[in-house]
Amino acid sequence: MKNEFQVIAELIEKDKKVLDVGCGDGILMEFLKNNKNTNIRGLEISKSKVQECIAKGLTVIEGNAEKDLKQFPDKSFEYVVLSQTLQAFLNPELVINELLRVGKKAIVTIPNFGYWRVRLHLLIKGTMPITKTLPDEWYNTPNIHMCSIKDFFYFAKSRNIKIFKSLAINNQDVSIINDSNLTIKNFFANLGIFLIEK
Amino acid sequence: MSAENNIKTLIVKKPLKLDCGKTINEFPIAYETYGSLNEKKDNAILVFHALTGDQFVTGQNPITKKDGWWSYAVGPDKAIDTKKYFVICANVIGGCMGSFGPSHEDPNTGTAFGTNFPVITINDMVNAQYNLLDHFGIYKLFSIAGGSMGGMQVLQFISNFPDKAKTVIPIACTSSHSAQNIAFNELGRQAIAADSNWKDGDYSSKNTVPNKGLAVARMAAHITYLSKKGLQEKFGRKLQEREDLKFGFDADFQIESYLRYQGSVFVDRFDANSYLYITRAMDYFDLAKQYKGNLSDAFRATRAKFFIISFTSDWLYPTQENKDIVIALNSIGADVGFVEIESDKGHDSFLLDVPDFLSALKNFLDKSYTEN
Repeated sequence: MKNEFQVIAELIEKDKKVLDVGCGDGILMEFLKNNKNTNIRGLEISKSKVQECIAKGLTVIEGNAEKDLKQFPDKSFEYVVLSQTLQAFLNPELVINELLRVGKKAIVTIPNFGYWRVRLHLLIKGTMPITKTLPDEWYNTPNIHMCSIKDFFYFAKSRNIKIFKSLAINNQDVSIINDSNLTIKNFFANLGIFLIEK
Repeated sequence: MSAENNIKTLIVKKPLKLDCGKTINEFPIAYETYGSLNEKKDNAILVFHALTGDQFVTGQNPITKKDGWWSYAVGPDKAIDTKKYFVICANVIGGCMGSFGPSHEDPNTGTAFGTNFPVITINDMVNAQYNLLDHFGIYKLFSIAGGSMGGMQVLQFISNFPDKAKTVIPIACTSSHSAQNIAFNELGRQAIAADSNWKDGDYSSKNTVPNKGLAVARMAAHITYLSKKGLQEKFGRKLQEREDLKFGFDADFQIESYLRYQGSVFVDRFDANSYLYITRAMDYFDLAKQYKGNLSDAFRATRAKFFIISFTSDWLYPTQENKDIVIALNSIGADVGFVEIESDKGHDSFLLDVPDFLSALKNFLDKSYTEN
């Protein structure tokens, strides 16, 4: 399992009810189910990925986070997880609000557009950045609302969203982000992980 | 047909009070089983059939000599694996394959009930079938499954008996018959009633059969089971064994010939009055209404695991109506999975060889069973 999922799993306490939004083929769900005794549900837009989850015995609903989160009652999950898809939504703010309505807490991860390789790519090459976490070309990328760790930090503050924990991942290294090291982490991390609540 | 030796029948001794207010006593439920019940009796699956189905789910139907209606899904190593599970299916009451229905003799008149048979509902159907659990000594079913009207019975069953099934699989169905659904059923009923051989339902004592009306009802309904794309790809404007149009009202087009054939074979195996009764039961189905408009309340008492399946090209019970059930379940935090299967075979997809559907069904059942 990738490092990101290990970090997410560590943020989730045992025996809790969790919704994985955009759960993909269910790797994180499977891990949480087996290791944290989590009562876990998934929401996934791709039919073939839903099928993969069913084959793993996972409870998944085919659906779209922008439209289908509204069917879940307020605070019906302890945690709602959204891994690296916030930037792909037409309206990320609405999705964040929905995550925080449905979940007591939300865990959101973002590919960091402030990462130095991204900056360097644009600076030197003058073309849209392509990195390990952002592998697509500008014309076929699903990522239409990129942001940096700093952007997300400021966004949360402006909306009175409480950040319990924010972590920076730079390949295998995981470190805590705080107000004082924000600029540095925003430069060196390719991924940001935020545990938030409203 | 009930006299056929091939039909297993349970005579239900317990009186059943129907929704219409009448009570039926000592009535027959015709059923069939596949596979074997294990010692713990925890591997039973109750399958519910759709409008024109019967208890002969798979293998050769001993009455019609055709394949069972769910032969693609049920059988050894199939999605519902009869090597593993004990599959039970009953003919619905109101039906015509041995269960108590309008073609049975009314002891008061000595002739068939016809339209004197009490109007039955989906609720009555599942309450009648519940007796099979006692018959087999099954405390809790591993699963209940069915498509279309079978799915409606699944929903009604779990709402009536919330702790009697571990997993619940409603397929291509709805929690409430729409105006369009009722309209199509009414078309079929009117076709039957317009046949002069129908005789207000009393055709058996007059030795006639309203075959023409029933065939038209089947033809109209059959169109609703397919998709426009499916029809276009299969038939298009292809002509039936002729080089050119004949400028008449014979079946020039293959689709006409196909529908006529579907109508003609249907009347050999189905009773016109049963068609009236069963379509009526479907039209009356409105599970939310039974819970004062709150569908979630129908499922509040159950801990069962739901898996809901719809098909992209099903316009009779479209995805949104299936999703409404998912939404009702999610709003009470029930354990529910949902997938919409890509298929251009229309509503009938659940009866056909649709690999994504069959694998989803198999995976869900087998994974849930190992967690037993």
